[in-house]
Amino acid sequence: MNLTTNDAGRLLPGQVQYSLLCNESGGIVDDITVYRLAADRFMLCVNAANIEKDLRWLKSHWQWEAKLQDLSSETVQLAIQGPSAEPLLQRLTPAQLGSISYYGFVVEQVAGVQSLISRTGYTGEDGFEIYYHRDHARQVWEKIMEAGKSFGLKPCGLGARDTLRLEMQYALYGHDLDDSTTPLEAGLGWVVKLDKGNFLGGEPLRRRKAEGIPRKLIAFELGERGVPRSHYPIFSGDRPVGHVTSGTFSPCLQKGIGMGYVDSGDLTGELSAEIRGKKIRIQRVTTTFWPSRVKKHPRSSTTP
Amino acid sequence: MDLPEDLKYTREHEWARREGNRITVGITDYAQKELGDVVYVDLPPLGRTVSQGESFGVVESVKTVSDLYAPVGGKVVAGNEELVQKPELVNSSPYGEGWMIVIELSQAEELDNLLDARAYRALVEGQGS
Repeated sequence: MNLTTNDAGRLLPGQVQYSLLCNESGGIVDDITVYRLAADRFMLCVNAANIEKDLRWLKSHWQWEAKLQDLSSETVQLAIQGPSAEPLLQRLTPAQLGSISYYGFVVEQVAGVQSLISRTGYTGEDGFEIYYHRDHARQVWEKIMEAGKSFGLKPCGLGARDTLRLEMQYALYGHDLDDSTTPLEAGLGWVVKLDKGNFLGGEPLRRRKAEGIPRKLIAFELGERGVPRSHYPIFSGDRPVGHVTSGTFSPCLQKGIGMGYVDSGDLTGELSAEIRGKKIRIQRVTTTFWPSRVKKHPRSSTTP
Repeated sequence: MDLPEDLKYTREHEWARREGNRITVGITDYAQKELGDVVYVDLPPLGRTVSQGESFGVVESVKTVSDLYAPVGGKVVAGNEELVQKPELVNSSPYGEGWMIVIELSQAEELDNLLDARAYRALVEGQGS
């Protein structure tokens, strides 16, 4: 029995993988990144809001000899994202950042503090996520802000991050994904390796795949002014066929964009979202809203 | 936080400026900061009658959408059409070019229900700004 839906066995030390924890009915417990620290050591980066839930779930299903340790409260993660992320961070670390490929990582000093540096992120830009001990939380932050002055570095909160991830159509746990959502309907079938052998949630997912997928997560933009928000209903004509799970005003496109679930039988028809009592036509978008600029190093063709 | 002394305020973060019978309405500097980048402002048609505390429109930012509440009752006699093209004026000039509507006041005593600058400041500072 395996723990995650993706094939962590394919990871080499120094590689990261996007993956899922699934429950007994195939719903998503959490979406996570898996870091292979060494042949026999892995780190899971989970959604902060799910730490307690994940731990409960992991402990109640744990059936391996490996030891599980919760380092959440002592670990800081900072994400340095954008086209200047590499030259900026390079000023603070002896690591050869140029040789870290997309979804790769190294362990090195950042601003004199032992850190894990991965070329990952949730913005669609090139960039890094760094992990280090909370005792140094402030010191590293301040050094980065200082070094970032000449690069125009700005601190950015969840609102800004939400527009970035939505422009890339990255799903957000608690909005687009939850315990009752399967990866198949969320468009995350690519991280579910049904043929790798058994894993938690694997059986129900195989069954659901065979039965057919009742609804799908789509991305859409608005044909006229308005901003879609979570929970707004989606219609095909007068028939409710789904609902919005994420929405925002895209600063890049200057229009309303969103994601939501729509019944599989209604994916091709004309759709509208009801925005405060008014139905506004939505157009399905199948490519990212904005071109991704993550740095897919030639070597990344071998990463999962 | 900019809070002009000559204005009256609502608990829902609108301001009201009286000139004779005409009350110009907008949202406060505090409100625009909390909302962040304003992207749409929906205003009522001219001639509509609103009562005190009634929603007269909607302001939408990247982050969220909020109703706008009439500080006083009366007839809407002007709306800031510039906000259709330039909603960001609400952020850059909340008490000036970012004004929203003008209401023709029907009952002057309704003004007594509004907060002065000091009371409004106490309200928002209590909310942890």
